[in-house]
Amino acid sequence: MKKRRERIDRGIKARSEDVYALSSWREMLYLAGPRLLPAAAFLLLPLFLGAYWQKVMISVAVFALLAISWDMLAQTGMISLGQALFFGMGAYVSGILNFYFGMPPWIAIPIATVLGGALCTLILTPVLRLRGIYFSMVTLIIPLMLVRIIEATKIFGGTEGLSGMTPLPSTLTEIYLVTGVLLGVLFGLRRLMETDYGLVLKGIRDNDRSVTNAGIDIFWFKTQALFISSTIGAFAGALMTHVYMFVGMPVFALDYSILPMAAAVVGGSGTLAGAALGAVILVPLSEALRGIGGLRIVMYGLFLVVFTVAVPEGLFDYIQRRYHQMERWVEIDQ
Amino acid sequence: MSLPTTLRVENISKIFGRVAAVDHLSCEVRRGELVGIIGPNGSGKTTLVNLISGFVKPTSGRILYNGQDITYTAPHKIVCMGISRTFQMVRPFYHLPAYKNMIIPLYSPRVRQLAGGRYGDRNAVALDLLEEVGFERDANVAYKPAGTLPQGYLKRLELAKAIALSPELLILDELFSGMSLAEVASVVPVIEKLRLAGKTIIMIEHRLKELFRIADRIMVLNYGQKIADGASTEVMESDEVKKAYLGSEG
Amino acid sequence: MFAGTVVFALINSSILILLAIGFNLTFGISGVANFAYGALYIMSAYLSWTMLNLLHLPFWASAALSIVFTTISGAMMYRFVLLRVRGQALSEVIATFGIGLSILELFRYLGLVGFEYTLPVFWNESFMIAGAYVDIQRIIIVLIALVLVLGLWLFTHFTSTGLAFRGIAQDERTALTFGIDSDRIATLSVSFGAGLAAIAATIIIPLGSIAPDEGYDVLIKALAVCIIGGLGSTGGVIVAGVIIGFAERFTDSYIGSHWTMIVSLAAILLVLAIKPSGLFGQQKELEERI
Ligand SMILES: Nc1ncnc2c1ncn2[C@@H]1O[C@H](COP(=O)(O)OP(=O)(O)OP(=O)(O)O)[C@@H](O)[C@H]1O
Ligand SMILES: [Mg+2]
Repeated sequence: MKKRRERIDRGIKARSEDVYALSSWREMLYLAGPRLLPAAAFLLLPLFLGAYWQKVMISVAVFALLAISWDMLAQTGMISLGQALFFGMGAYVSGILNFYFGMPPWIAIPIATVLGGALCTLILTPVLRLRGIYFSMVTLIIPLMLVRIIEATKIFGGTEGLSGMTPLPSTLTEIYLVTGVLLGVLFGLRRLMETDYGLVLKGIRDNDRSVTNAGIDIFWFKTQALFISSTIGAFAGALMTHVYMFVGMPVFALDYSILPMAAAVVGGSGTLAGAALGAVILVPLSEALRGIGGLRIVMYGLFLVVFTVAVPEGLFDYIQRRYHQMERWVEIDQ
Repeated sequence: MSLPTTLRVENISKIFGRVAAVDHLSCEVRRGELVGIIGPNGSGKTTLVNLISGFVKPTSGRILYNGQDITYTAPHKIVCMGISRTFQMVRPFYHLPAYKNMIIPLYSPRVRQLAGGRYGDRNAVALDLLEEVGFERDANVAYKPAGTLPQGYLKRLELAKAIALSPELLILDELFSGMSLAEVASVVPVIEKLRLAGKTIIMIEHRLKELFRIADRIMVLNYGQKIADGASTEVMESDEVKKAYLGSEG
Repeated sequence: MFAGTVVFALINSSILILLAIGFNLTFGISGVANFAYGALYIMSAYLSWTMLNLLHLPFWASAALSIVFTTISGAMMYRFVLLRVRGQALSEVIATFGIGLSILELFRYLGLVGFEYTLPVFWNESFMIAGAYVDIQRIIIVLIALVLVLGLWLFTHFTSTGLAFRGIAQDERTALTFGIDSDRIATLSVSFGAGLAAIAATIIIPLGSIAPDEGYDVLIKALAVCIIGGLGSTGGVIVAGVIIGFAERFTDSYIGSHWTMIVSLAAILLVLAIKPSGLFGQQKELEERI
C-alpha cells in the first residue's frame, strides 16, 4: 500500500476568500490575524522591552527595511550585492545635512531619504540597460570603493567620521518612527506588487523581452523600482545616523549588504513579508550569537547558499502554506 | 496598387559574426496587405522580424514605417507606433493564469493612449480577447496557469497579446507551428477579421498550404536574400524557389 | 620619474589582467559570474602557505598542489551547487557570493592575518630599469601575464576543448546540437577560472601578504576590469587592465596615492554612462537570440 501526501486548502480559507461571505468573527480573524499580529507585536513590544532589546528592535526594523528594499529589487530582476550603498548614502546625506547645515533630524531624515535614494538611482541607472549580473557587480563594488575614497581623501571626517549628530527625542520615538515606516512600507509595497504595476515589474524579471514587446519601457520601470527601493534603504541609513549620533565609513560596510540579503533569502524572496520575517529571525539570532563573532557572517554566507539552492521559496512560504492548507496522507491504489 | 506604403525596408543587412542573417534585403508592404514570408530554416525570417520590431539593430540599411525612419528606434517605442509582433518561441509567464499574461500588454502606454487615458477593467478585456482567439470561456481555460496549457493555446495567447495592442501592422512569426489543424482553422477567421478591419499583416510560416489560402502576396527568403516576391502560384513556379527548398530541405 | 612610472604601470596592468582573466573566462564561456573568485584566490594562497610551512613541502610542490586543488574545488562548486540553479542567473549570483563570503570570513575568524602569512618570491633580486628598482618577481608577473594571455588564445583557437568553449560562448543552442555537453564545459569553465585565480595568487601574493580583505580587493579589481573592458571579452580585459593600470600609477605619481581609487571609480561610472556594456562588450541584451 503506497501513500502520498496531499495538500488541501483549509475550509476557512475557501470561505473567507470570498469577501461577501465573511460571516463570523473567526473568519475575519483568520484573514486579519496574520496582518494584525505582527503589527500589534511591533507596536506593543517596545513598551515591555529593556533598553538593550529596544536597540535590537530598532536594528531588526532597519534590517527588515533593507531586506524589503532588496526583495523589491529582486522581484524586478535586480540582485543587489550592495544594500550598504543605499544605507550609507542616506546615512551620510543626513549626517552632512545635520553636521554642516545644522538641520534638525525631522528635516534631515526626509531630505536624506529622497536625496539619498535619488543619488543611488542616478549612480546605478546606466547599469539598468543591462541584465542582472552587471547590476550585482556594480552594486557590490561601489560601496566598497566609496569607503576607500572617504578613507583616502578624508572628506566628511574621513576615517573618524562625523559625530555629535542631533539625536531623536527618545528611544521610543526612534522605535515608533522606524516600525511605523516599516509597517507602512511592508503593507504598501505588498499591495503595490499585487497591482498591475507590480505585475509589470515582476514581468521584467521573468521575461523582459516580452514586456518590451508590450510597448513598455523596461528601463523606465526599472528606474522607478530602483528609486523606490533605494529610498527605503536611504531612510534606514538616515535614521541610524541619528540613532548612533554618528556617521562614518562603517555605513558602507559589507554587513549592511549581507544581512539584508540573507534575511530576504531565508525568509523567502518574492513576498516582501518573507524579507521582514527573515530580519526578525536573523537579527536577534545574531545578537544571541555575539559570542561566535565573525563566524556569524560565515553562517549568513552558508544560509545564502543553502536557501538559494535547496529552499528557494524560503520560510515565509512554508508558514503561509501551513496556515492556509493542511496536509494529510492518502492512500494511492495502484 | 495605389494604397500607401506601410512598411518599407531598404537594403537592410544584419551580420552576426560571419553569418549574414539578412543580406541587403529590400521590400515593401502596403496598407491592408497580408504578406506571407517563407523560406528554409535559418534563412533570416526571424531576424527580419527582429529588425523591423527593433529588437535587433541592423548592420546597414534602413526601415521606414509610414514614411518615418524607425531603424534605430527603441523596440517599445516601435510597439507604441503600432507595430506588434509575436515570438516564434513562446515564453509566457508560466506561473500566471493565461488571462494575467494579457495584463502587461494591456498596461502598455499605447492601449492607454487609444483608450483616451482611461483606466479600464483589464481583466475583463483580457478574458474577451482570449475568448476571441479560442480560449473556451465555459471551460475556464483562461484561468489556468500558462505553464499547464498546451502549445497551441500558448501560440494563441501570443496572438491575443499582440492583438491587445491594437496594432496597425501585425507581424506573426510562425504562429501556426505547434497548432493542430483544428486550431489553425479556428485562428484563420481571426486573422481574416483583422484584415477586414484594415490591419496590415505579415505572416512568417512554414505551413504553406494554410498560408497560401489567405496571403495576398508571398516573399521567399534564402540565405538572408529575397529570391522571389509575388502571388503564391507564380512564386512556387520559380526555379530559384524550388532549388532553395529542395536544396536545403530535401 | 616618467619612465619609472611607465614601468610600474605596466606591472600594475599585468597584475590587473592576471586577476581579471579567470573571472572573465568563466563568464565568457558559461555565463556564470563567479563571485567566489576572490575567495578562491585567497584560499589557494592559504593552501600553499599551509603546505609550505606546516607540511614543509618545497615551494614548487605546494604551489602546484594548491593550484590543482583550487581548480578541483572550482569544479566541485559547479557540480554540487551551481548546477542546481543553472540558468537562473540571479540565484547563481547569490550562491557564488555566499560561498565566497563563507570562505573569506572563515579565514578571518581563524585569525590567519599578519606578515608571516605570505608566500616566498620566486627569485629575490632586483635591478634598475628606467631609473627605478624593479624586483625580479614583478618582471615574472609581467612575463606570466603575457604567457597566460597568449596561452589562452592558443588554447581557445587550436584545441578541441578550447574550440568547444568558444562554441558554447558564441551560441549555446547550436553547440548543443553538435553534441557539446554544455554542463561539462561549464564545469570546466568554472574550474579553469578558479585555476587561473590560483595561478595569479601564487605569483602576486609574494608582493604582499595573505589576508581575507585581499580577497574582496581581488574581486573588486577583477570586476572593475571586466566592467570597463566588457564582460566576457578577453581583448576587453587586456585593454581595461592597461587603462586602469596606467591611470592608477600615473595618478599615484603625479597627483597623490589617495586619488587612485577615485580614478578607478570615475572610470567605471564614465564607461557605464557612455557604453554600459563596457568598451569591448557586446550589448548581449539586444543580440540575444529571439
Ligand atoms: N542572435 C544571433 N546570434 C548569432 N547568430 C544568429 C542570431 N540570430 C540568428 N542568427 C543566425 O542567423 C541566421 C538566420 O536565423 P533566423 O532565426 O533569422 O532564421 P529563420 O529563417 O527564422 O529560421 P527558422 O525557420 O528556423 O525560424 C541563422 O544562421 C542563425 O544561426
Ligand atoms: Mg524563425
